Parts: sequence; C-alpha cells; structure tokens
Amino acid sequence: MATAVTKQQQVDLREPRSWRSAKSRIMTVLMVIAFVVVIIPLGFVLYTVVSKGASAITGRFLTGDIPFNVAPVTVGGIWPAIVGTLLITALCTVIAVPIGILAAIYVNEYGGNRLLTRIIRFMADVMTGVPSIIMGLFIFSIWVIHFGFSGLAGALALGCLMLPIVIRSTEEMLKLVPDVLREASYALGASKARVTATVVLPAAMSGITSGVLLAVARVSGETAPLVFTILGGTTTPNYNVFTGANNALSMLIFQNAESPYTGAQGRAWGAALTLIVIALITLVVARLVTSRVARLSQ
Amino acid sequence: MEQSDQELTQLGLPELAHRDHAPSTPGTTIFSTDNVSIYYGSFRAVTDVSLSIYENEITAFIGPSGCGKTTVLRTLNRLNDLIPTARVEGDVRYRGEELYAPGVSPAAVRRRIGMVFQKPNPFPKSIYDNVAYGPRINGERKKARLDEIVERSLRQAALWDEVKDRLNKSGLSLSGGQAQRLCIARTLAVEPDVVLMDEPCSALDPIATGRIEDLMHEIKSRYTIVIVTHNMQQAARVSDRTAFYSVLRDEQSDTRTGVLVEYDLTETIFQDPHDPRTQAYVTGRMG
Repeated sequence: MATAVTKQQQVDLREPRSWRSAKSRIMTVLMVIAFVVVIIPLGFVLYTVVSKGASAITGRFLTGDIPFNVAPVTVGGIWPAIVGTLLITALCTVIAVPIGILAAIYVNEYGGNRLLTRIIRFMADVMTGVPSIIMGLFIFSIWVIHFGFSGLAGALALGCLMLPIVIRSTEEMLKLVPDVLREASYALGASKARVTATVVLPAAMSGITSGVLLAVARVSGETAPLVFTILGGTTTPNYNVFTGANNALSMLIFQNAESPYTGAQGRAWGAALTLIVIALITLVVARLVTSRVARLSQ
Repeated sequence: MEQSDQELTQLGLPELAHRDHAPSTPGTTIFSTDNVSIYYGSFRAVTDVSLSIYENEITAFIGPSGCGKTTVLRTLNRLNDLIPTARVEGDVRYRGEELYAPGVSPAAVRRRIGMVFQKPNPFPKSIYDNVAYGPRINGERKKARLDEIVERSLRQAALWDEVKDRLNKSGLSLSGGQAQRLCIARTLAVEPDVVLMDEPCSALDPIATGRIEDLMHEIKSRYTIVIVTHNMQQAARVSDRTAFYSVLRDEQSDTRTGVLVEYDLTETIFQDPHDPRTQAYVTGRMG
C-alpha cells in the first residue's frame, strides 16, 4: 500500500552538552557542599550535647537544688537555674516586646521620614551591634549599683538585646502587608489607628509572633549580660524575680564547665541539653503559631 | 443624530444598542471640579479638569495609560491624601461642599464615598468579617443588625447564593470575580452615597466582568457610580456619561501631563465626538 508518509523530522529534545549545563552542574555540587558544611557543625553540636548530657537528665536532676561543685552529678539538680532562665526570659519578653512592636508600628505606619523615625532606626541598628556584655555593664551601672542584683536587672539587660531584634523583625513584617489592604480600610472611612489595629497588625501577626519567639530563643541562651546583673551562684530557686541574686542555665553552664570536678562538668552538659530543648520548644511553638495563623488567613 | 440599534451594531458599536439612555436632563450634581490640577511633588500629573458628575448615573473615565484618570478618581474621596507628596489645586466639590477645605475629615468623606479597587483586595478575614468591617468601624455592634447588613450587601453584590453556606471561610479563598464582588459588598455595607470603581474588572474574565456590569446597572438607582476603565466597550456598555482623558507631552521638559479632553453623554463621545483626539481613541486609531 502506497501511503504517502511524510517523513517527520527528528527532534532532539535532550539538553545539549554545553558549558552552560556543565556550569549548572558545578554550581549544584557547590551548593550541596555548602549545605553539608553548614549542617556538620550543627549536627556535631547536637550529637555532643545529647551524648554527654542525656545521661544526666533525670527527674531529680531537673527539679533538685544546685549542690556544691564537688558533688557528683547524681546529687542535686539544676532547678534554680531553670526557674531563673524561664522567669528572666519571660519578664524580659514582657518588657521588650510591647515597646519593640509599638516602636516598629510608629516607624512603619506613622513616622514617614521624620527625624524621630530615622533616630529609632539608627539606634536599633546600633543596639544590634553592641556586644552583649556591654548591655550587662550598662544595666549594672544604671540599675544594679542602686538596687542590687536581681532577675529584673537581668531581664532589663536581655531586653536591651531583644529590643532591636523585635523592632527590626516587626518592621519587616509590617512592610510586607500590602498597601492595597490599608487603602481598602481607609476607603471604608477608617482612621489610621483603626487601619493599624484591625488590618495591618492582624495581617502581620504571624510574622511578628515568629520574629518575637526567635528573639526569645536567642536571648534565653545569653550569658554575658547576666554576669553583671543577676550574679548567679545561687543554689536554691529564687522565685522573686524582683529582688536578690538569681541563677540561669547559661550561667550555670559557664560556671560549672570551667570547674575541675566531673560532677560539675556533668551538670553543665545536662544544663546545656536542657537549654537547647527549651530553645527548641520555643522555636517549634513559633512554627506552629505561624503556620496556624497562616492557614487561617489563606 | 438618532440611529437604530441595527445601525449601531453595524457600526461596530453593539454595546451602545439596547442600553438605557441617560436622562438628557441631569439630576443633582454630586461632584463638580473646577480647573483641578493634581501634583505629585513637583510633577503635575493632571491639569485643568473641570467636570460635573450627576446623581444615580454611571460616569466612566477612559483614556490611555498615564492620562491621570485614576488620579482624578482617587482625588474624589481624598484617597490620594495617603501619598505624602500628592497635592490638589483647584476646586473639588461634593454636593456643594469643598472637599479639600480645612476641617474636612478624610475619614468622614470616605465613609460617604466608597471605593472598589483594581485588584480584588479582600482582608485576610472571613467573608462575614470582610463585609461587617465597615459597619463595625462605624460603631455597629449588634450581631442581629450586622447579620442583616451582611446578607443585604452580599445580595446586592450578587454573591449571597454562592457564599451563604461558608460565611466563616476566609475571604481569600474566593475566586477573582467572587473576591471582587465581595469587595463591592464590603463597600456597599456602609451604604455610601457614591461608589468609585478603579478598573474593577481588569483582573477578571469576561463572565465575571459581565456579572459586575449587571451589578452596576442594578445598584445604580441607589448609588452614584464613577468607573475608571481601560475597556472602551465597557464604558460604552455601562456608562451614561464618559470623560475622555489624554496625555499632553511637553517636548522641552519631556514631561507628560494628563488632560480632560472631552466630557459628554456616552453616545456623543462614541458616535459624535467633537475633538479629533477622542475620535481617534474611540475608533481605535490611538492609545
């Protein structure tokens, strides 16, 4: 049968071998290597802390008072430091977050290009760059000298560290709220305060929350600002965050890790693991809150 | 010049056929602008706009990009106040009151003069809360009253049947056309006097566009509508009066300024325009 089959031209759809595809492959390999290089220290830190600290963790260890340095790790615990870390971090959050969020709202919604806006932005940048021990010295000189060591003083020092982070992250989140939403609200006759409270803040809330929790996780491990403000070294829990020396996990790690006694070193590893778990829980909560709020606004 | 519907269709302007004809005697004047120029900083965006907009009519602003039609529209509810450098010169009156007089509250102006935007912009809230937003900020707290307003507004926006079972779902879950009708419902919920529409159908497909146009015809007996559109057929289909804007280019300084070229009954603009630039634009030879 003579059917006129027109011979179709062969089309080659494969990627031609070229310098371009080679470059693409090289870059992919480089990026994988970079990723591995980043992940190795992280994995190593986690592995070391877990392997050395996990054996210390028991119910008694988490809830007991801090013993003398010479005591073996099976005696006493780190409860006073856990209490201190949780209370001081909570108090510092209560102090720094409202101020930070309000400052960010001012800068982004009200400030325009005024002098005060530029001053706040500049100061936030400067504060981000100040070494944390300087914050401790600052609070020492203006607060501790007059009122003595206390959890509150520690919270103030940590708050100084947290404030610029909260301002900057909140400002970024507010910037992401599309102007068309603000306009829609204005077009219904809303005042600026209304627009901010009922449209801008709810739309940015998930981002603000995750930024705040990241800042919390970040400062909960700070040691240097606490040295001059809460003194450390307490062996029984001090539930009064406003007066008297207090303790914190980070300080406990610092003081015990340089001790020659194995019991103290074991307590330091256990405290390190506890601190990592607390930070991790904060981050997981941050993620959950963020995704939940994001789902609601989908 | 009276033409039969058949002749209009043959002229390529079927949109002008079968439409309600505008009253030749206009009703109450809602807006009047006299020699209005609008600046962004030192840049003059629009110059010498003088026109009157009448009650219960649909007025369309047409013209090429950059001719300032949206700028003029946003001047009518003081939304341009949000741009720090924007400045209005000349006389803009709403029901005889000067809009830019000292002491006039932009919020109070916008409560009476609502706006629907180019891109549907529902709040990231539930459908119910989107519509109830306006009444709430105006102090309405009673649940029963809000329910009533939400249902009425969604019905007016021809969206009620599609969303009545999922009022608690997010407004962002709606399709483009539905979202735009939600935005219209949100605007109607505060019972404005005027509804400004800034290219409300430019992000929508023809079917959704048709529904919004039908909707405009239905609500026009209660509201005054001003619509900016790129789509000349749309202007011809829906509007009673049309303002044609164009761009004046200054060769020396290479600046472009929008001007109002011609403003008349829609039939006149599309069939018998006085200005050759209008003629060129509506017949598709320019812009």
